[in-house]
Amino acid sequence: MQTRLFASPSPHIHGGEKTQHIMGDVVLALVPALAVSTYVLGWRVLMITAISIASCVLFEYLIQRFLLKGRTTIGDLSAVVTGLLLAFNLPAGIPWWIVVIGALVAIGIGKMTFGGLGCNPFNPALTGRIFLLVAYPVQMTDWTTGVPDALSGSTFLANVKAGALSLGEVDYVALLSGHMNGSMGEIGALALLLGGVYLLWRRVISWHIPVAVLGTMMVFSLCVAIPDGGAMLWQMPLFHVLAGGAMLGAIFMATDYATSPMTHKGMIIYGVGIGLLTMIIRLWGAYPEGMSFAIFIMNAVTPLINKYCRPKRFGTKK
Amino acid sequence: MRTFPIGGIHPSDNKEWSKDKAIETLELPSEVYIPMIQHIGAPSTPIVKKGDKVLTGQLIGQSVGFVSANIHASVSGTVTSVDAYPNGQGQRRIMVVIKREGDEWVESIDRSTELKRECTLTSEQIIAKVKDAGIVGLGGAQFPTHVKLSVPNDQKAEVLIINGVECEPYLTSDYRNMIERAELILTGVEILMRAINVNRAVIGVENNKPDAIAHLRDIIAKNNYRGIEVMPLKVRYPQGGEKQLIAAVTGRQVPPPPALPISVGAVVCNISTAIAVYEAVQKNKPLIERVVTITGKELKSTHNYLARFGTPVHELFELAGIPEGDVKLLNGGPMMGRAIVDVSAPLIKGCSGLTVLSGKEAARGKELQCIKCAKCVEACPMGLEPYLLSKLAKLQKWDMAEAHNTADCIECGCCSYTCPSYLPLLDYIRIGKQTVMTNIRARAAAANKK
Amino acid sequence: MNELLLTVLTLSVLGALLAVILYFVAQKFRVDEDPRIDDVEKMLPGANCGGCGFAGCRAMSEALVKRDNISALFCPVAGGDTMKSIANFLGKTAAEKSPMVATMRCGGSCQKRPKVNHYDGALSCAVVNTFYVGESACAFGCIGYGDCVQACKFGALSLNPETGLVEVDPDKCTACGACVKACPKGLFELRKKWPKNRAIYVACRSKNRGAVVMKACKAGCIGCGKCEKVCQFGAITIDNFLAYIDPEKCKLCRKCVNECPTGAIHIVNMEPLAKEPKESASKGAANQKSAETAKNE
Repeated sequence: MQTRLFASPSPHIHGGEKTQHIMGDVVLALVPALAVSTYVLGWRVLMITAISIASCVLFEYLIQRFLLKGRTTIGDLSAVVTGLLLAFNLPAGIPWWIVVIGALVAIGIGKMTFGGLGCNPFNPALTGRIFLLVAYPVQMTDWTTGVPDALSGSTFLANVKAGALSLGEVDYVALLSGHMNGSMGEIGALALLLGGVYLLWRRVISWHIPVAVLGTMMVFSLCVAIPDGGAMLWQMPLFHVLAGGAMLGAIFMATDYATSPMTHKGMIIYGVGIGLLTMIIRLWGAYPEGMSFAIFIMNAVTPLINKYCRPKRFGTKK
Repeated sequence: MRTFPIGGIHPSDNKEWSKDKAIETLELPSEVYIPMIQHIGAPSTPIVKKGDKVLTGQLIGQSVGFVSANIHASVSGTVTSVDAYPNGQGQRRIMVVIKREGDEWVESIDRSTELKRECTLTSEQIIAKVKDAGIVGLGGAQFPTHVKLSVPNDQKAEVLIINGVECEPYLTSDYRNMIERAELILTGVEILMRAINVNRAVIGVENNKPDAIAHLRDIIAKNNYRGIEVMPLKVRYPQGGEKQLIAAVTGRQVPPPPALPISVGAVVCNISTAIAVYEAVQKNKPLIERVVTITGKELKSTHNYLARFGTPVHELFELAGIPEGDVKLLNGGPMMGRAIVDVSAPLIKGCSGLTVLSGKEAARGKELQCIKCAKCVEACPMGLEPYLLSKLAKLQKWDMAEAHNTADCIECGCCSYTCPSYLPLLDYIRIGKQTVMTNIRARAAAANKK
Repeated sequence: MNELLLTVLTLSVLGALLAVILYFVAQKFRVDEDPRIDDVEKMLPGANCGGCGFAGCRAMSEALVKRDNISALFCPVAGGDTMKSIANFLGKTAAEKSPMVATMRCGGSCQKRPKVNHYDGALSCAVVNTFYVGESACAFGCIGYGDCVQACKFGALSLNPETGLVEVDPDKCTACGACVKACPKGLFELRKKWPKNRAIYVACRSKNRGAVVMKACKAGCIGCGKCEKVCQFGAITIDNFLAYIDPEKCKLCRKCVNECPTGAIHIVNMEPLAKEPKESASKGAANQKSAETAKNE
């Protein structure tokens, strides 16, 4: 065997963690939610997810190979995560071609335009979703494929907002287990929480962002509920944390590395911002759900947060 | 259990390869190459010339200025050359080459093995002896010890901290010293306490060495070493960094540079340095040898050797048996050690071990794009932003790098270790740090001139 | 109708008001600048390379306009003619400088200077230089990771993958000096530019003794002094076992080239002198050499 003498500056060993492993962990953490979604909304969920992932990976490959003419990095699995998250943000009944367009926007505009993985200012999956929400509002809010006996094919959030449903009538067990209408990935709070615990255990994410987002939403809705009093005091916070994209957003979308702040302090500010904006949009905005817009807006604020929230320098008091 | 406040990593310690190997005395080499710079500061001036006969322990390199250290012959014999020879990194440095003839020591050195505990010298006398003996920090930094012990008049030392952390993976020389030479360490600590006028000393030892902690405590109780305490610390790299250790032991953080540890009343010395101080003060023995670990997963044998400085490192590597295929030879441990590319290079004072990484471990992983995961920020024990500093250095934005405190970096390597994209963060930060430090010094010099 | 009128009126009044405010603000914060600075800047090449020692062409123009004596200022990119016309424009006298070209002084190609270890760190010469000598045993030679290539704003430098060395394109080189600063080994020198891009220089920076040089590299200067002896113009000096050809004294006679035992003296765009008969044995080598230099051009 040929002996090669290596030389490099220190350090000479590595912890072994890889981008690929991190992305793989995120995919794994999303599996329970996917399972719940498939169980509740049917096999179409798997089909849409597969289309979304396949188109994201394909677009990333094509852009890197033929437009940028550089090294392709689909092996890092980040496009798979984007595809999965994009699918999770779509209703199950969406036509397949809309999914492909969403994937093109997510990868092409959301990610590769800015230089690919790590350089994107906005969460690519969210970019795709928001584009579709604005471009295809009808298809994007068509919840008819789903739970047959649910209220008029509309989400809990929309029904509550429209006044069709009072918080007292909400089925909280359904909210937890996922037996309800909604985007493919946002139903089943328990399954998402499970994924979140897994990510925390694997140290892929830290607790700061999810806790800040959900905590702010609870506190804010509690404050809003105070004038009403009574059962509203627990119904309101619980409902808002469990319904809609709160869990998915707080655990999986807001914690996206490239678009969230670098320091713990920054993460908390960012999380609180998302929580506040979400609640404001939900309660007083035009849309029943505000999670994606809130994350999107806070993504834009992230560089500013990074500028002002520096880590505590060793040996200084602050 | 105590530890330092921010950052840090948990590399697997890999100490099992050599930790149970008792200290062996390495056979004396036939020829030694003794560099005139084995310390931080000005290189020493060689005071012998070709053809001179020297004795073991004889002064051959005179220190230049305050921050510098004496160099002594590590074997007896004839000086065959005083010239530039390559060090482990291939850089040519002035070395004195001595062809060994027997092992005749300078007479004033007490070579008996019995413990001599009584010390009545004053602080100044001790420091003078330490300076004469050419003692430098043996943990790896090679900072002259007499400079550390000379506490400025306007400041007061409150506690002596002894670094028995050995947080570098693989290395076990300090561990073996604690197990086998505990009395020497503790007597050395007593002397050091006398030198800086403190009545409290804390030996910080990481909790992965419970037998060393128990043994040291045992000896302290049995032989009544007053004021010395052994403090177990939570296992975490880089606990052996001076600032990290002070923070772990005292809870006080040394302010950013240019502040020194003494500003929080602490003086830090290594376990092995304490032994050297004991030998210098009580036995008149200059620093000519130390315990060195030679270790690696695929070596034929691993050892803890008591070896003389100047021994060509290939002699140690040959004894250990280097595996075939890809290897990386390190002077020091895998986190902060320096890669050796020339094995004719000599063993030097700061070398606590020779680590051999082989096979896959020898090569670095493939570099990918930064995903802004902030793991480096979390791991940095100095509260810096490695991803940013690395980028700034790469773009040569020195002013911005300075504003983001690049000069604070202790080069522990936690950032590169933890990066999931295998970015060589520290490689670039180091350039940034060096440039920024040069700029700062140049500005200070310019300001002085005015 | 009334509404329309009101809108137009409001907007007009608002516009006029803002215009007045703007006018006063502009007056208050006006910076009086010599208009000639703009003119001079236009005459400069606008490369912002920093070769003049200033942060950019703007700063250089300011200095040119403001200083009475501009003989110390020179834009290497623009060259003497442009400097003269700028000086004429400003009514000052320009510095006279002969054109220069960057020269990379290492001839230790992969073949001549074998690699003895495998570098595995960040691909940057500066990083390599932070901790060791590089992949070969020579502590002075080209590291080959192209910090200079990146520093060059004119695309005059390129890394030859065959030799592992950096080459200079004299036609593109403006002698801005960026490579001189970028090279951690100090291999670049701005040397006099002869007509037809001719050049002669010692392609080695090793200050080691001959024996040490020979061990690390077959193309290095061993400091034997033969070239110094043969030079009739006193252009060659040996310092620290290293020969240096002073371009100001050299007359391009090329006698030294044939004397050099290691081929460390490189000539560019010139044929080597014919060897004297007694040295015919090494003629083949010389021919090969000239072919090599011809290829390098």
